[in-house]
Amino acid sequence: MTKDKKGNALGVIKTIASNQLFIPLLALVLLAVVNLINDPTFFEIKNVTNNAGYIVKSGALITILDYGSELAILAIGMTLVTAASGGQDISVGATIAIAGSAMLRVLCGGNSRPDTIQAPIIVAFLVACIVGMLCGAFNGMLVSIFKIQPMIATLILFTAGRSIAAWINNNELPIVPDPKFAYFGGFIPGIPIPTTVFIAAICIVIIALVLKFTNLGLYTQAVGINESSSRLNGINPTFIKFLSFVILGLCVAVAALIKVSRLSTINYSVIAKDIEMDAILAVALGGNALSGGKFNIWASILGAYVIQFLTTTLYKFNVPSDALAAYKAVVVIILVVFSAPKAREYMEMFVKKLNPARKEAA
Amino acid sequence: MNETTLLKMRGIVKSFPGVRALQNVDFTLNKGEIHALMGENGAGKSTLIKVLTGVYPKDAGNIELEGKAVAIHSPQDAQNLGISTVYQEITLCPNLTVAENMFIGRGEGVLTNWKQINADADKLLQSLDIPAKATQQLSNCSIAVQQMVAIARAVDMDCKVLILDEPTSSLDEQEVEKLFGLMRDLKEMGVGIIFVTHFLDQVYEVCDKITVLRDGQLVGEYEIKDLPRVQLVAKMLGKEMDDLSDIKGETNEYKGKDAGEIVFEAKDLQSDAGIKPFDFFIKKGEVNGFTGLLGSGRSECVRAIFGADRILGGKVKVHGKDVKINKPIDAMRNGIAYLPEDRKIDGIIGDLSVRENIILALQVLTGFFKPFSKAEANAFADEFIEKLNIKTSSADKPIKALSGGNQQKVILARWLLMHPEYLILDEPTRGIDVGTKVAIQKLVLELASEGMSVTFISSETDEMLRTCSRLVVMRDRKVVGELTGDDLTQNKIMATIAGGE
Amino acid sequence: MKEKNKVSIFNKMNDTSLLLTITIVIFFLMYIGAVLFQGGGFSKPQMFFNILNANAALIITACGMSIVMISGGIDISVGGVVALVSMCCAVYLDKTDSPSLLVSVLIAIGIGVAYGLVQGFLVAVLDIQPFIVSLAGMFFARGMTTIVNTAPFNVENQAFIALKDTRVNVPFLGSYNKKGIYVPAYIEIGVIVALVLVILLFVVLRWTKLGRSFYAVGGNKQSALMMGINVRRTKFLSHLICSTLAGIGGYVYFLHVGSGSASHAMGMEMNAIASSIIGGTLLTGGVGNIIGTFFGVLSLSTIQNIVASAGLDEAWWTGITIAAMLCIFLLIQSVVMAQKKKAIKA
Repeated sequence: MTKDKKGNALGVIKTIASNQLFIPLLALVLLAVVNLINDPTFFEIKNVTNNAGYIVKSGALITILDYGSELAILAIGMTLVTAASGGQDISVGATIAIAGSAMLRVLCGGNSRPDTIQAPIIVAFLVACIVGMLCGAFNGMLVSIFKIQPMIATLILFTAGRSIAAWINNNELPIVPDPKFAYFGGFIPGIPIPTTVFIAAICIVIIALVLKFTNLGLYTQAVGINESSSRLNGINPTFIKFLSFVILGLCVAVAALIKVSRLSTINYSVIAKDIEMDAILAVALGGNALSGGKFNIWASILGAYVIQFLTTTLYKFNVPSDALAAYKAVVVIILVVFSAPKAREYMEMFVKKLNPARKEAA
Repeated sequence: MNETTLLKMRGIVKSFPGVRALQNVDFTLNKGEIHALMGENGAGKSTLIKVLTGVYPKDAGNIELEGKAVAIHSPQDAQNLGISTVYQEITLCPNLTVAENMFIGRGEGVLTNWKQINADADKLLQSLDIPAKATQQLSNCSIAVQQMVAIARAVDMDCKVLILDEPTSSLDEQEVEKLFGLMRDLKEMGVGIIFVTHFLDQVYEVCDKITVLRDGQLVGEYEIKDLPRVQLVAKMLGKEMDDLSDIKGETNEYKGKDAGEIVFEAKDLQSDAGIKPFDFFIKKGEVNGFTGLLGSGRSECVRAIFGADRILGGKVKVHGKDVKINKPIDAMRNGIAYLPEDRKIDGIIGDLSVRENIILALQVLTGFFKPFSKAEANAFADEFIEKLNIKTSSADKPIKALSGGNQQKVILARWLLMHPEYLILDEPTRGIDVGTKVAIQKLVLELASEGMSVTFISSETDEMLRTCSRLVVMRDRKVVGELTGDDLTQNKIMATIAGGE
Repeated sequence: MKEKNKVSIFNKMNDTSLLLTITIVIFFLMYIGAVLFQGGGFSKPQMFFNILNANAALIITACGMSIVMISGGIDISVGGVVALVSMCCAVYLDKTDSPSLLVSVLIAIGIGVAYGLVQGFLVAVLDIQPFIVSLAGMFFARGMTTIVNTAPFNVENQAFIALKDTRVNVPFLGSYNKKGIYVPAYIEIGVIVALVLVILLFVVLRWTKLGRSFYAVGGNKQSALMMGINVRRTKFLSHLICSTLAGIGGYVYFLHVGSGSASHAMGMEMNAIASSIIGGTLLTGGVGNIIGTFFGVLSLSTIQNIVASAGLDEAWWTGITIAAMLCIFLLIQSVVMAQKKKAIKA
């Protein structure tokens, strides 16, 4: 009787553990606990007056939601690219620089210190979207038509991206004069929650609607799992892969808007640096296979916030920003080792060896 | 007797997730013996061989070589023990030279004398009459030559046990003869040869003994003279011939008003898969088929009809109207469905659920912006799971967890859901259990009686004879004849395939 | 008729030499073009030796990269390893009592070997994608570099500076300066190390069993396994060799710049990959050549020099030219290999 119950309980734990959201949620809980022990006031949200004189919410949670936005948006596109092509785009940081630079070029009209903006913000944003999608299309073309491995194909823009970004603005660093532009990466007067949170929420709602009202999810997964089979079912795998890169390009443009707006200017070699690593990590953390196929976009988005949580935590522990990478790398390795099927196999064998007696008793 | 026993495998068990590939199988090979390993696709032949060569670890059982128990953990172990293998699909490295492919992975030492090796390789190639040079890159050789190189590699390794896993499928008659000569020579030298093939003629030409497997179980071991062909086939299928009764008589022909109307017609159709241009038509409610040896181009023909390969030329008419079919979706829009030959590579989408696999084709046809609701998808899936008797615990199960036969039924359901006018089935019965085979054949006739046109391809001629009313015969990637009515007999088909009246 | 000729050429050459030929031809065309149209510096041999001096470390790391790529993997941690090695050696030489040069070399190689062991284990034994493993490796190395020491600094150890400034004169290839004084052409010690390694690795890849195993595993892993090659060990060794070379390359780099800095060798992994690709190493594995990689590095730096001497010396042009070149070579590879496949099929 008790044995039965035990078996049931084990079964339940197994089902929970096999859920894709389990690992990111577990990581989230662990991080929360560590932070609470370290600083019991970690989750407190205070009202503070910001530089512009408005009362806004402030606290570690707000920081995580705020700075996790770009990553969450990129994770959406990266998940699709990963699922469809079985590879990752390592050029997103560089293409954010390109899209951001294009945005500034339109806003400032080639003049690095304009008195007013030279074009409406919406126009600049649309231009950035087009530029981002063009970069995505370039990557997508290399991957889908020329069949170059995604990581290598995107290596081209990874190498050239920041240079192209600098070239767009003649290597100058234009400053956007309009304070309204800063709203996107900061606060809208009177609203105490960072705008980035809303932008991320809008993107998430849009992708949710797209996944609900189109077959994007089904097609992408089918292509990622079995390209040949998908083709014989009338899907055009070349187009689906291409499309996933273009969608990522769009995500890049939105992320670029936030990044550029945070500073109202750009630093070509630093903007969105290493963000590709975090975006790929978010996808992996969400339990999505980096070799493509089935995906769960919500797990990726959750993964993105977990990573931001980790970053914030590391800062809390006074880890210098330059050294952050080393700690994150360790976390990545632990994660991928635990999710590697081979590693699991070895662990199971090891456990079996350790207690053969218990096995027999059962 | 025991002195001549070379290899003894006892109680071999091997399971994969959801499949018991080998259940307690025994196998014995004597010195200087050519031993055929027979069974249908999926019977466990390949698994047994891969266990013997260390590709798969076995779950239970033991292997003895020359009376000594051996543990084989990797292909390297197998090689070192004197077990060499030639696989059906070429397992060489296309980017290396012929000589490297023959010698790599063998011997000790860090440095190698490539001059010596190239000379040795050339000598061996010459003695075996293989038209290749030692220093040539392998990918620059034809497939047949590559296969011969693989055999040369195996032969040169002073092996005690030589395993030939369907080595003849890409060889022509002369090359097969050469191979048989070689096998007989090796047999004289005391090598034990395990020969896996689908060609019964070849078995009876060179083999001494036959071991039959079915559904992962040992059926028995027989002296070749004690086992006539008909019985061999019966053992492989697990049924006496009479059991597979004539199902054709049970169903009715389609008698609609438009019976006899030509549904699909192709003229001079050609694809880049290397087939000669061919003409083809099918009438409403008709079941016809392409027949010919493996590699004769029958699959390539139907792939061309469906637009699965790149179309190079030809005219296609559907219901008498000119249409363009360049890619699968064009064919689907014209009511053509195609169940591909290789279920794993072209059919299933492994990680997706049974439900998603069933609705996929119809969903694509409906359009990108019109996904089915959950309820609709469930209804479709449930309908066909019941109709085709698909054995799955739920529609949410990933298709790769199902058995081969059930996977095939899911793919069939996918195309039936589309309600095609013209259904192409390329080897739908390959590697699945006999019950499902018969069920699929019955279904084909039933569908035809309701007015669907079906093209049915099978390696097993008797299946085609049972279902088809017209057979297109192919040889060397060319259509060489068409048989109907009283001409539909085994002998006539064989004669047409062989050619030369 | 013409068609037939094309087929036979494709058939005679194996993939490796076909791509190698393309690379070498393009390099010489480029260099001759530079001499003809820009003259000046390019016609002097020292210009060529300067390219070698500046890129000795890249040559070494790119060779390691080629080996990993030939066996079907990738390692993007090499730039980070180079930076980590420079920083560790710099700290050791400058901030410890009585440092010895030999120990600093051992530190460099030790870091490389340690990296190789860990990454090789993760890739070969645990079967984790090499890209992810080495991506983490790169970030770890970069982070560790700043943890070891944040601020960049020059090494002032006398023995080291003496070694760093050692020049090896190349006979006969010197030139006369404006005052008519003979200036001998020289190379640095790192170049000699690089050249020795290039030859050694060429021999290993071309004629040893291990070398051919790299090709076999990269060409078709399954087949290699069936032919009795220890695929796991081969993959492991490819990563071990690559990281060890990155360690040696790191020391050569350190010897060239004489300082430790967290921003050293930024993007070097990408240059190494680009050089390998330009040198005819196929991304899909199984095809490549060390000599090609050597020429790949030369092509890459020559084009940078051409761009610089053409007056386009703004920093961004370097990135853009490298990327453009990479793009062109990738497309050439893609098209040539597709053509070849077609030629054989027909």
